[in-house]
Amino acid sequence: MKTRTIQAYQISNAVVDLIYKASFSLPYAVEKRIDRMLKDEETDLARTTLKILRENNEIAAAEGLPLCQDCGMVIVFIEMGQAVLVEGSLTAAVNSGVEEAYRKFSLRRSIVADPLKRGNTGTNAPAFIHTDLVEGDGLSLTVYLKGGGSENMSALKMFRPTDSAEAIIDFIEETVVRAGPNPCPPLFLGVGIGGTADTAMLNAKKAVLREAGTRHPDPAYADLERRIEERLNGTGVGPLGFGGRSTAAWVYIKEAPTHIAMLPVALNLNCHSLRFGTVEL
Amino acid sequence: MMKDWKKIETPVTDSLIESLAAGDRLLLSGVVYAARDKAHERLCAMAARGEKLPFDPAGQLVYYMGPSPAPPGRVIGSAGPTTSSRMDPFTEGVLKMGVKGMIGKGRRDAATRALLQQYRAVYFASFGGAGAYLAKRIKESALIAFEDLGAEAIYRLGVEEFPIIVVNDMHGGDLYEDVLRKR
Repeated sequence: MKTRTIQAYQISNAVVDLIYKASFSLPYAVEKRIDRMLKDEETDLARTTLKILRENNEIAAAEGLPLCQDCGMVIVFIEMGQAVLVEGSLTAAVNSGVEEAYRKFSLRRSIVADPLKRGNTGTNAPAFIHTDLVEGDGLSLTVYLKGGGSENMSALKMFRPTDSAEAIIDFIEETVVRAGPNPCPPLFLGVGIGGTADTAMLNAKKAVLREAGTRHPDPAYADLERRIEERLNGTGVGPLGFGGRSTAAWVYIKEAPTHIAMLPVALNLNCHSLRFGTVEL
Repeated sequence: MMKDWKKIETPVTDSLIESLAAGDRLLLSGVVYAARDKAHERLCAMAARGEKLPFDPAGQLVYYMGPSPAPPGRVIGSAGPTTSSRMDPFTEGVLKMGVKGMIGKGRRDAATRALLQQYRAVYFASFGGAGAYLAKRIKESALIAFEDLGAEAIYRLGVEEFPIIVVNDMHGGDLYEDVLRKR
């Protein structure tokens, strides 16, 4: 097998670039959702809130102020071809990219080295890196920035295999209503169904990386996404919990094979500021 | 977009606080004090020991916020509200000092909602995730205590027409609950 070499610095540079883009501007499809939701809202406060969010995105891009003061923890998804050889340390390369980006672009460092001792690392490193080995000689690098307020509203429930789709929708509604204003809706909601407890959670994260406005390729899951969205947009929570129709900006499901005894459902509540980007090296 | 919003100033008066109702939209000008988790812990400990506080809290508002670093030539970085519920354990501590309201985002616990009525104070929300937008309404920023806490230090902020919404008024009104009931 012919191998392809990628230098560690190429990975660092890509991480810096992706963090820059994600911190100051939203993916086009995400921005378009706000315009779409504005059409659905009637009350003055819901409309004003969405307009403020839109103006926030414009100011961030034009004036170099981060979209949110919570500049996130850096979650990195790497799909690495088996024929790729990284010269140098992959992990160190990602983390040095994180350190450089957060320093250079005046982003807030929010990572503590230890969950109980709580000392800030001062660099926003380490990143949370998930690597999948795939066939071929490509390397796909995704940076996903997630804030603490929305991550705190995450949920996991292990259903019975015989539970209905309706029971799953009920659980999602309960979770989103209980979270209410806290995760900064309208939410980009990732739903991981199946797998193990941990893969369901990871799939809930990966799910939101699909382009907003596009449905699951399997019509049955696409239909379930629509039903979840309809239910959530009838709760009344609305933009930032101030009331309205736009509680879910978009719903994405990512499923996985599971055990005969299991039906895990994991929820990744992402705020209205869905910050991510991908590059192929 | 905000023509009918009511303009208010800090320090706030008791009669203003009394007049506010859940759902009111306000544009705030004056001084607010930014503090979050660790700063609350320290402030409340200082007050409990009877020490002099780093600012005079009478009639003031606390803003639950930890900014991103100010880029060169700017007063402050991105500066939107953080989740308020983490400061629930410190509600009574700051209200006892004389603080008349807090600005953040997200729900408060039952104890905090009761304390707001008892101490005749108000909980406001600002616009979560609109940190760049809100930064433009902050005209001055000075670090006044706990520099070692970095983004979690206490900042005195001069704000101009800073948009806030009344969530919990002192009469028991609750915007977040009202919008769910209306569905």
